[in-house]
Amino acid sequence: MKILVCISHVPDTTSKINFTEGDSKFDTNGVQFVINPNDEFGLTRAMWFKEKQGASVDIINVGGPETEPTLRKALAIGADTAIRINTIPTDGFQVAKELAKVAGEGNYDLIICGRESIDYNGGMVPGLLAGMLKANFINTCIGLEVEGVKATAIREIDGGKETLTASLPLVIGGQKGIVEESDLKIPNMRGIMQARKKPLNVVEPSGAEAATKAVKFEKPAPKGDVKLIDPENLDQLIDLLHNEAKVI
Amino acid sequence: MSVLVYTESEDGKFKKGALEAASYAKGIAEAMSTSLTAIVFNAEDTSELGKYGVDKVLSVSSDKLKNFNAEAYADAIKQAAEKESSKVVVLDQSANGKYIAPLVAVQLEAGYASNVVALPESTSPFQVKRTAFTNKAFNFTEISTEVKVVGLSKNAFGLKESEGAAASEAFEPQLSAEDFTVNVESVDKAKDKVTIADAEVVVSGGRGLKGPENWGMIEEMADILGAATACSKPVSDMGWRPHSEHVGQTGKPVASNLYIAVGISGAIQHLAGINAAKTKVVINNDPEAPFFKAADYGVVGDAFEIVPKLNEKLKEFKAKNA
Ligand SMILES: Cc1cc2nc3c(=O)[nH]c(=O)nc-3n(C[C@H](O)[C@H](O)[C@H](O)COP(=O)(O)OP(=O)(O)OC[C@H]3O[C@@H](n4cnc5c(N)ncnc54)[C@H](O)[C@@H]3O)c2cc1C
Ligand SMILES: Nc1ncnc2c1ncn2[C@@H]1O[C@H](COP(=O)(O)O)[C@@H](O)[C@H]1O
Repeated sequence: MKILVCISHVPDTTSKINFTEGDSKFDTNGVQFVINPNDEFGLTRAMWFKEKQGASVDIINVGGPETEPTLRKALAIGADTAIRINTIPTDGFQVAKELAKVAGEGNYDLIICGRESIDYNGGMVPGLLAGMLKANFINTCIGLEVEGVKATAIREIDGGKETLTASLPLVIGGQKGIVEESDLKIPNMRGIMQARKKPLNVVEPSGAEAATKAVKFEKPAPKGDVKLIDPENLDQLIDLLHNEAKVI
Repeated sequence: MSVLVYTESEDGKFKKGALEAASYAKGIAEAMSTSLTAIVFNAEDTSELGKYGVDKVLSVSSDKLKNFNAEAYADAIKQAAEKESSKVVVLDQSANGKYIAPLVAVQLEAGYASNVVALPESTSPFQVKRTAFTNKAFNFTEISTEVKVVGLSKNAFGLKESEGAAASEAFEPQLSAEDFTVNVESVDKAKDKVTIADAEVVVSGGRGLKGPENWGMIEEMADILGAATACSKPVSDMGWRPHSEHVGQTGKPVASNLYIAVGISGAIQHLAGINAAKTKVVINNDPEAPFFKAADYGVVGDAFEIVPKLNEKLKEFKAKNA
């Protein structure tokens, strides 16, 4: 089985969100970037398929050279080869189109994405990619088994879960549950050393066009101070929730 | 060239998110001086949609679509959009809506904007406001393609009633075997329980509650308020509560009107999941807990004293206001 894991390179969650150039660009100053957590869960599941079922695992990212440390980290976790499509991502469409070209040529059986980029949280790329490849698609995937060309997946739905079957090739949008957090792999020294020698192929983009454009960003209006309520006067809380916030 | 909205139903009944999507889509239709068409799958009574601005309903009834099927639904929505020459297709951001929206976008060669929170700033160029960076910012996005797919965030727009009746007609999309290559084998869903996704109120507990045996008072509060129960990540990691209750950045997002956090410190990863909740209440015995900076109302004190007292008062309130 040939697996491709799509890795998005996102600001660490504790990052301060600021914008520059007249609020038109995200300010990366002092921001630490990491593998998107949803992709890390998927990558760990891919490692399981590699160890138990002899799968090969490539990783791919659409981004500039600054994403390479993130890709090396994924290689250190155990992926075999990294591919970087050398262009700055501007929207989900452009990213999916660039990914679709390379993924299509690579004849992958299973393409693992995250359900969403945890900080940009578009949740667009996996479905767009599946649609473009005319591959089967399962979103919010919290369990995945593959036997031959048949996949069995568990999908999280509002208020529960469902079990689905599909044949390969398959694209999934994965999240926590596809592996447990305690199974996440932290790269060890040997992995890090090996990762330095693994191939990281830079591919030039096909020049796919975006379908949307971020015009500007805005931060929410600062929140007022919390209203503290005396524990001896809980009637006041109920009154505020009823008459001021109008939520009960 | 009416606006098309997908209105999700469950066991034949429309979900609140569907009615919200209809209310919102009506706003777009008005801004574009056109009418609103809804597509529904196996819904019993579609007249309710008229109240939320739908002028015409394309009603699909099919045994093959008894179970939700993303590919087939997306194909049907595409065919409905073509039939109506729709330039804008609106879906809500339920688990199913998020699943099908990008598939619809590819089929219609449409640009897609997810997590939209307000009516378009303008419809030509088509510009919408959406959340970004886990609700820490907004992003104004322009969709440049001829057809646009818009994903409306939960609870962002609310319901808006309008006059009028929805004329319903049967719609039979041409579905092929290719639409049924992903199949649902079984569904495991708690009945009669408010889900975090659909709840107006969510009551959530953290590690401050000390152990699973202390959740009785949280469940009681949820019962009184008709709320869903939720928890912080360590609570589900330790197995005190099911994983499906974990909210936050790596868990479920909450967009309820009211979020009550008991014994939760308010770590940034927790707050990332609840930023979209409208009113936040925190009960915590540490006045320095970061949650107080993010909350609208706070009570500093011991949850084991406050929650039972609050429950009694909420019961009295409900009895009076029933
Ligand atoms: C990559 C990453 C992702 C994460 N994702 C999530 C996520 O999605 N969701 C999430 O929740 N967390 C997430 N976390 C964990 C997060 O950082 C916090 O550790 C977690 O939210 C803390 O949970 P807590 O508030 O229940 O526990 P604690 O931080 O232990 O807080 C307990 C609180 O209870 C209060 N308390 C104690 N006793 C009482 C009492 N008797 N009465 C009232 N109050 C009391 C204390 O003052 C304290 O503030 C993530 C972390 C990382 C690194
Ligand atoms: N620039 C990118 N390069 C590679 N994969 C990406 C990129 N952006 C998004 N993805 C994949 O698509 C998923 C969802 O991202 P998004 O649609 O941005 O929320 C991520 O978890 C990744 O698996």
